[in-house]
Amino acid sequence: MKRTHPALSAWAWLVYAFLYLPIVVVIVFSFNDSRFGATWAGFTTKWYGNLFARADVREAVAHTLEIALLSTVLSTLLGTLVGLGLWRYTIRFRTGLTFLLVMPIVMPDVVMGVSLLMFYAFVRGLLERAGWTFDNGFWTVLLAHVTFQISYVALTVRSRLAGYGRDLEEAARDLGATGLKSFLHVVLPLATPGVLAGALLAFTLSLDDFVVTYFTSGSGFRTLPVLIYTNVKRGITPDINALSALLVLVTVVAIITANALLRPRRSVP
Amino acid sequence: MLSVRRFLNTIGPGTLWLVAFLVLPALVMLAYSFLTRVDLARVGPPWTLESWQRVAGYDALFQEWVGDNVRVLWRSVWVAGLSTLLCVLMGYPLAFYIARQDARRKNLLLLLLIIPFWTNFLIRVYAWILILRPFDLVPSLAATFLGMVYAFVPFFVLPVYSSVEKIDWRLLEAAEDLGASPVRAFLAGVFPQTLPGLVAGIILTFIPALGTFVVSDILGGAKTALVGNVIQNQFGQAGDWPYGSALSFLLMGVVLLGLWAYARTAGQKGLEELI
Amino acid sequence: MRRVPQKTDVGPRVPYNHRHDPSKRHGVTAITGVAFKGKRIRELSPDAAVSVVDVVKGYRGAGGAETRVLDDIDLDIRRGEFFSLLGPSGCGKTTLLRLLAGFERPDAGRIIIGGQDMTGVPPHRRNVNTVFQSYALFPHLNVQDNVAFGLRMKNVPAAAQRDRVARALESVRIAEFATRRPDQLSGGQRQRVALARAIVNEPQVLLLDEPLSALDLKLRKELQVELANLQETLGITFVFVTHDQEEALVMSDRIAVMNRGRIEQLGRAEDLYERPRTAFVANFLGSSNLIPGTVQELDGTAAMIRTVHGPLRTTHGAGLRVGQDVTLSVRPEKLRMERDDVAVGNEIRARVDDIVYTGAENQYLLEAAGQRLVAFQLNSDIGADEDFDYEEQVALYLPPDNLIVLEET
Repeated sequence: MKRTHPALSAWAWLVYAFLYLPIVVVIVFSFNDSRFGATWAGFTTKWYGNLFARADVREAVAHTLEIALLSTVLSTLLGTLVGLGLWRYTIRFRTGLTFLLVMPIVMPDVVMGVSLLMFYAFVRGLLERAGWTFDNGFWTVLLAHVTFQISYVALTVRSRLAGYGRDLEEAARDLGATGLKSFLHVVLPLATPGVLAGALLAFTLSLDDFVVTYFTSGSGFRTLPVLIYTNVKRGITPDINALSALLVLVTVVAIITANALLRPRRSVP
Repeated sequence: MLSVRRFLNTIGPGTLWLVAFLVLPALVMLAYSFLTRVDLARVGPPWTLESWQRVAGYDALFQEWVGDNVRVLWRSVWVAGLSTLLCVLMGYPLAFYIARQDARRKNLLLLLLIIPFWTNFLIRVYAWILILRPFDLVPSLAATFLGMVYAFVPFFVLPVYSSVEKIDWRLLEAAEDLGASPVRAFLAGVFPQTLPGLVAGIILTFIPALGTFVVSDILGGAKTALVGNVIQNQFGQAGDWPYGSALSFLLMGVVLLGLWAYARTAGQKGLEELI
Repeated sequence: MRRVPQKTDVGPRVPYNHRHDPSKRHGVTAITGVAFKGKRIRELSPDAAVSVVDVVKGYRGAGGAETRVLDDIDLDIRRGEFFSLLGPSGCGKTTLLRLLAGFERPDAGRIIIGGQDMTGVPPHRRNVNTVFQSYALFPHLNVQDNVAFGLRMKNVPAAAQRDRVARALESVRIAEFATRRPDQLSGGQRQRVALARAIVNEPQVLLLDEPLSALDLKLRKELQVELANLQETLGITFVFVTHDQEEALVMSDRIAVMNRGRIEQLGRAEDLYERPRTAFVANFLGSSNLIPGTVQELDGTAAMIRTVHGPLRTTHGAGLRVGQDVTLSVRPEKLRMERDDVAVGNEIRARVDDIVYTGAENQYLLEAAGQRLVAFQLNSDIGADEDFDYEEQVALYLPPDNLIVLEET
């Protein structure tokens, strides 16, 4: 039954138009030679130039990338181990553990951000008695990002491995592989696509995160999303349009590349 | 071979991290909700139920039930609920449309769906300011709705799509063969198969919608304050951490309850399907 | 009298993760005779490839109740034989196989392989290989690399690897697919790869866990014959697990029929089929008519059994006592159906209730004195008057030699 009702098609196209309207508008307005953006005043690329001249933008980009890279490394490590453990062992606490892993995913960002903010304050209070202190900045944001990334990585790794039976490891050992060799020669090659997918997911989540970063970054440390927010609150400057357009472009390129890379799917026997 | 020690080697570090940076902060938050606001961003004794009373709408200062907070809570619930409903109306047919295409178009359509999904949330929301400002529609409640639906539709469609893709259409044929009208055949043969994805999609839409503050902050105004905004305020200008903690914990509690109920029915498999 | 296994019977456990020089096996000594570390166990037969000595394995279920998956298993598998473990699902046969492979440890008892005590030795240090039910082929390696895996793990030099792999692929007739990946192969082809991957290591014992169960009937029958021939050519001891009695009968030298963690009977195929010892074995291998009765008279090795159908004579009366309650078993194909009372004794009058035509034979479901009986008659080309009709009264003749007396369970 492959005929599609014309009403269904129409509806689908409507939804897609709705989804892309703002994106297109932003891109168009980024070239608008007008400070206030209400009417079209001519084509220009000066806002892009302005953007690169802004030190706070450059700093925010740097911060965002640093956090994203470092947090991805950490969370991929921790998350892969968890995903591996979930795949390999059936144990009583499995449901409880899965619940714990799903929590950061389902939890509203506000709750997570706020609780971490207070947790840091609490820890700071304790440390102050010992004479130490710290500011909310790079490290507090990093730790927060890793926390929600672990779940995504673990579940991605686990779901990729789910297609493979546990008897693969047994077969390896039966054929003379020690635990370590079995891991290196059998498990790791099979897990690698899942690990990479998980890492990519974690990276993107970190780049994109606003709410949690907003609460845990304090006033001195800005990432790109936080920068955009503060600028929007103050009033839209066209630079932000340019920045947004660029980010959209980056996203599009990344997705197309990822799609091309991941397309040849190996079927699981 | 099951060895508890080796099991702990793998899941141990990650679990410990989550306990340290997820569970402990939640406990701290709970504790703070029972303390008193000492100063902007500081709490201390005495232990009191004041914040929770305020959450329930009771104003301790004037010793009467004011209902302010309850209004906000209720507004959050129905705004999130209506937004989710709109997402369902928009997204459910869309999932079917995509699933019916041939492989190449399917891939393209999914790609086109994923791009907004991955585009920065903030950008997508604020773009509406550009569109709505000329019509003087922003800030307003309507704009908030628009922004919410816009933001969350991709969140909804993807899980639903994964269920729709796996539909066994023969069940529909069987229903029609047994004499059901097209509508009833759909309801009996196809709709149940989409339930897992539908439920997952609703959860992944409703919960963030419940806790959102970005959309209502940027597109709404003071009059459209949602729970998320109130919480944000407590940790910003208002500086009333105990009250903010109570509200936040309430939100978290509701979510966890829902998740627990879902886990009881769908089981562990269902939990994992959410991602 | 069975010896109840005690926890103390298990000698020093061989620890799992310690690294050591394989030439100095810690705690493993060659067993040739009667005693092991000063404790007296049963005699180990000298030509046994595998000896399972009083093995028990259980787990603690809900409420603390202990369930025994393997209850006092004790057997010897001879070198070079094709040995099958046959039984319904849940009988413990796969668990026993896994104990031999080293994936699990017995709670009590010892596993002796090739004269060495292997209890507690991990799988990668046993000279034993397994063909898994799901084949467990490595998806990221092609056929050649899969087969070579075991040799690689033992650091066999590359030239020797290539050589042995080629020969293994030849012996299972799959050399042409050497560079293909598992997901490009059919079920039967994957099975052969799994086989090649195991035998290339020249193990002392090859364990096969229901390897043919996923294949369709025709392919299964082909491979049954191939496997049996392969085993003969290679001379490796095979331990084969299956729930399909026909499969076991076709391929095995000896069979152990298992039920609920115990061995019901062990022996050659014909012994098990013609002389089952328990009702379970009688009904698991083929089908059986069970007739309860009491011993009336003894006459040397023969006996007269009083049953609801009248007295029946059996030549398997050795060891019985007068007055003892017994159950007789007779196979449906051994019964002879006659129209008239031929009056040679050992006859039962029965009525034909139902007839099932299966092509090569007619299966008659009969009723006699309230009991259901089954008889098979070959459709040989004799004539229509040999066929019986519904509701017809017939005389069933039970040859005394085929009336088996089952043991009390």
